[in-house]
Amino acid sequence: MITDTDIAVIGAGPAGCNAALLAAEYDFSVVMLDEQVSPGGQVWRAKSPAILSAPETPESVAGESVRNAISQSNVTHLGGVRVWHIERSEDAFVIHYENAGVSISLSCRCLVIATGARETIQPIPGWTLPGVVGMAGATSIFKQDLIPIGSKMVVSGTGPLVFFVAAEQQRLGGEVAAIVTSNTLLDWIKALPAMLLRPGLLFRGLRWITAMYVNRIPIYWGHTVTRVEGESSVSRVEFKKISKDWTPQGQPRFIECDCVSLGSGLISAFESFQLAGISLEHNSDLGGWIPKQEQDGRTNVGGCFICGDGAGIRGSLAAETHGKLAGLSAVAFLGAKINHSIVKLRREYTRAASFGEAMSKLSIPRPGLTKLTTAKTVVCRCEGITRAEIEDEMNLGAQSTISVKSGVRAGMGPCGGKFCQTAITDLIAKTKSCPVSQIAPPTARPPLRPISVNTLAGDFDYSDLPISKPSPL
Amino acid sequence: MFQLAPNHQDDIVRTAKIRFTFDGESFLAHEGETLAAALMRAKLLHIRDAPGDESPRGVFCCMGLCQECVVQVDGKTIESCRLSVSPDLHVTSLRRQLDT
Ligand code: FES
Repeated sequence: MITDTDIAVIGAGPAGCNAALLAAEYDFSVVMLDEQVSPGGQVWRAKSPAILSAPETPESVAGESVRNAISQSNVTHLGGVRVWHIERSEDAFVIHYENAGVSISLSCRCLVIATGARETIQPIPGWTLPGVVGMAGATSIFKQDLIPIGSKMVVSGTGPLVFFVAAEQQRLGGEVAAIVTSNTLLDWIKALPAMLLRPGLLFRGLRWITAMYVNRIPIYWGHTVTRVEGESSVSRVEFKKISKDWTPQGQPRFIECDCVSLGSGLISAFESFQLAGISLEHNSDLGGWIPKQEQDGRTNVGGCFICGDGAGIRGSLAAETHGKLAGLSAVAFLGAKINHSIVKLRREYTRAASFGEAMSKLSIPRPGLTKLTTAKTVVCRCEGITRAEIEDEMNLGAQSTISVKSGVRAGMGPCGGKFCQTAITDLIAKTKSCPVSQIAPPTARPPLRPISVNTLAGDFDYSDLPISKPSPL
Repeated sequence: MFQLAPNHQDDIVRTAKIRFTFDGESFLAHEGETLAAALMRAKLLHIRDAPGDESPRGVFCCMGLCQECVVQVDGKTIESCRLSVSPDLHVTSLRRQLDT
């Protein structure tokens, strides 16, 4: 089959950009598709056009450099488009994506999936109130619009992200009422050896924490926010101490605030892998369900490669090298002779991955945290379904994520289950008294993103079709 | 404030402010910023009501996944975290209209 491009890369974060750049060096035609207008992904998200100039941050500098590299390369970047389906034939893949309300198809010989991660947030009473945002979500507003969120924020969650969110909120002129983190100081001390692999980041983290102490912002180690209160938006949060397995216990205390940022780790955005035919496996150290993979981003689907956090949560540093390795695997698959040192890249990757895995370990929620979701807590935000309603359905026999979906419609809303699936899986595992690794996630079905019927009907304009930059050959 | 944590808000240069409307009310925003950010600056957090229990909702994931921040523009439903503010923007919310 004659395809539109040799290689298509889905996702333009650290992994996708590096895969695309490297593949383009080998003179293949490369198209990189991404939901955001500019390359960068979540970690290097570009500023909105409303920002004319702003002080640099490590993230903005890294982002600018990769955006320059992409614009100077032969990579065709399709920004602001949403991939909603992937089809596979014998020797090609067809990607269906939406661009400005029009559905377009793109065929490729080789596919690199670098769709990254999304946040898990344990549902708690009041988490649907306006003023509650995800931690990753907060960083997205910070990087894109450079404004603080609300005037007084409580940050509650796991891993290093709590400190980044708090520091950015202050840097952009907002106030932080308190940091509430499930990790203890001891958890952090245990992670020190791995952090010494990245002294720069360790130093940056220490500076944030010192600044919090100097500015008398309370940090509650080994605590979690248990409830958000307010009428039509947040007015205060309740928080409690947690046990070793993160079960909330003890007397509730309260903090006044007008916004809350919550987050308990990242999970792979695995739906695109499922559509491409890659099987999933469970690895709790890497964020749960991840695609089965071999070395350098190879998978059980010939011609399909994976890289970055989507392949397992190891952070952006690892994602960069993983992207390069997957890019090389892709060009090798297409017959190129590799003139990069794979051995050196693998060594770099292992080093970055062990740092990332230590950070994941701090971020991954422990079992007690699921007790935050009380019977009356809304679990599925889209359809307003509570834990009790889901449990009723399970008692009637729904024992899989799919039957819960069709029974009470939990996970059927416009978000496609992206924010309730983890909690629902936990509930099923609890009812069946089996590990979560035995509860398979639902099969991914197109569309991956909400798109209108008009788009699917596909009245497209030929001028909307992507024209690949000509291959330099 | 201690220099370990500098406040950069005054060092950020933004585009000129323009007006847009949200349920008929006029607000200021920097041209090109996301509607989600513009509404946050205006302290307008309650963007819509959930279809079922009618509970108030607002920006949550900030990256186009959760659909909590959707509004209507020219009859089309669109996420406010993925929409840039432009001079002729007229937004209709999905709140119950008795709400203020
Ligand atoms: S806040 Fe989630 S889609 Fe906009």
